[in-house]
Amino acid sequence: MTAETIIQSLASGLLMGLLYGLIAVGLALIFGLMDVVNFAHGEFLMIAMYATFFLFAFFAIDPLLSAPLVAAALFVFGAVVYLLIVRFAVRAKANAGMVQIFSTFGLAIVMRGLAQFFFTPDYRSVTNSWLGGKTISVGGIFLPEPQLVGALVSIAAFAGLYFFIHRTDFGRALEATREDAGAVALVGIDKNRVFALGWGLGAALVGLAGAIMAIFFYVYPDVGASFALIAYVTVALGGFGSVFGAFAGGIIVGLVEATTALILPPSLKSVGIYAVYLLVVFVRPRGLFGSM
Amino acid sequence: MDKDFARRRRRELIVAFCLAAVAALVPLFVKDVYVQNVMVLTLMYAALSQSWNILSGYCGQISLGHALYFGLGAYTTALLFTKFGVLPWFGMLAGGVLSALIAMALGYPCFRLRGHYFVIATIVIAEIGLLLIQNWDWAGAALGIDIPVRGDSWLKFQFTRSKLPYFYFALALACVAWFVTWWLEDSKWGYWWRAVKDNPDAAESLGVVVFNSKMGAAAVSAFLVAVGGSFYAQFVSYIDPESVMGFQFSLLMALPAVLGGIGTLWGPVLGAVILIPLTELTRSFIGGSGRGVDLIVYGTLIVLISLALPRGLVSLFARPKFFWRKAAVR
Repeated sequence: MTAETIIQSLASGLLMGLLYGLIAVGLALIFGLMDVVNFAHGEFLMIAMYATFFLFAFFAIDPLLSAPLVAAALFVFGAVVYLLIVRFAVRAKANAGMVQIFSTFGLAIVMRGLAQFFFTPDYRSVTNSWLGGKTISVGGIFLPEPQLVGALVSIAAFAGLYFFIHRTDFGRALEATREDAGAVALVGIDKNRVFALGWGLGAALVGLAGAIMAIFFYVYPDVGASFALIAYVTVALGGFGSVFGAFAGGIIVGLVEATTALILPPSLKSVGIYAVYLLVVFVRPRGLFGSM
Repeated sequence: MDKDFARRRRRELIVAFCLAAVAALVPLFVKDVYVQNVMVLTLMYAALSQSWNILSGYCGQISLGHALYFGLGAYTTALLFTKFGVLPWFGMLAGGVLSALIAMALGYPCFRLRGHYFVIATIVIAEIGLLLIQNWDWAGAALGIDIPVRGDSWLKFQFTRSKLPYFYFALALACVAWFVTWWLEDSKWGYWWRAVKDNPDAAESLGVVVFNSKMGAAAVSAFLVAVGGSFYAQFVSYIDPESVMGFQFSLLMALPAVLGGIGTLWGPVLGAVILIPLTELTRSFIGGSGRGVDLIVYGTLIVLISLALPRGLVSLFARPKFFWRKAAVR
């Protein structure tokens, strides 16, 4: 193992980590807003990837161009999921935690079933997109272009989110609602509207991630499941609810995954991520940046 | 009030006995192998879900990683039998004890975690177990283990000609899991667990040893689930990591209890009796071509029931008369 291979894999780990952060941030945003974990998050990613694939296959729109469209579609989808399901789940009078987990889990299963039904279980991929399969050499290190662009989009999205939360009225309403939903209602802000927009925003972010992922990853009905667990670990590492914890969590997960793949056989690369999650929460039960 | 309670407890026991007796007679009339197979699975899931319910329902520590114990039970039995010729009955016991010990070893660090951090830790640990088994060549790696058939015998717990022995074992297992829950419900432990579930801090301040009571629940729960895993290995006679330790199994184990009524005595049984036949039927009649209709039906059911009946299907059976009487006593 040369220094070059180590730097090479750490660099790709970093890029992948930034993408993991983008996949996970919607989950963290929604959790921070209303203490709900969306167990269908992976399936949100899956439909975003399918949307990107079909826009490319039928209308020849490159994933880079369709990303905003997919994000917008997912925004609507997220808000609808809140209004049709989650709104009622949070009102449950008994077993509230259980109802939240299993109503979104049920949704995930339905979405996977629908994907199998309409799109068949076949593996599909976006071929010959602008970036697909291309690499760029930076100082002797080869970086895959889709992941590089993905990482840049991720950084831009986090910067935009920071600006959005701290500088806009809606962002302030979001922050206020997460602090105290009851008090917010008193000053005339419709809690449900803020929650619906929060779900929309969270879904739009994972939609953006899905559009990028579709450039270099297979699209199939179960694709969400493999990334969902990584997203939960990422969010939990950073501390549930901490949006910027997800950013840091994603980078850590990406680097740990790359390092594990250097040491252990590739089929065990996820073990490193899981082990780091356990180590972190055993030492800090609220994650790295979660409030204690 | 006390007399009422004792009467209700006794009535539950009688109802359970009658149900078990009726269930035991069913296969004498239903000879269809497919239906018998579904009945075996239903009873097995009732037993598994009942065991899961002890830790996750009564004690409130939601585990979505119980497939780990199921897989440990299945693998311990299968490995001891195929590699060392140990009879499955000892394998079953060994798997159960091993699982209980591992549950406590894992519980030691994990029970400090709360809420979603705990749930994700359980998923992640089971996933690590799955990955390790998949890469463990001696244990058959991803291909799994084929348990050689050596003829029908209770000693080796193998039956090729009839499903009936499996049926009766599964029934016995479901009865044991139910009875253990029934017994624990009114024991010191049962009250501790519900206190821990409702408010761990308050329970601690009242002298409940929160940590130990979680450990107890985990050990009982893991032991019973592992016995179920051993049974499953014998029943299907072929196991591979994904089919006995995959996340899917953790979910399948939790669902009957969740839909039937989490933290209730009858919830897992009711949930399994409705959910498992429904799943098997949709799978074989509409979902056969892998087109996902079974998933759509299944998922829709989960969403609707969890939204409409957060206390589970058992809440439909809560008779108004009983509430009225309780109100009058108060």
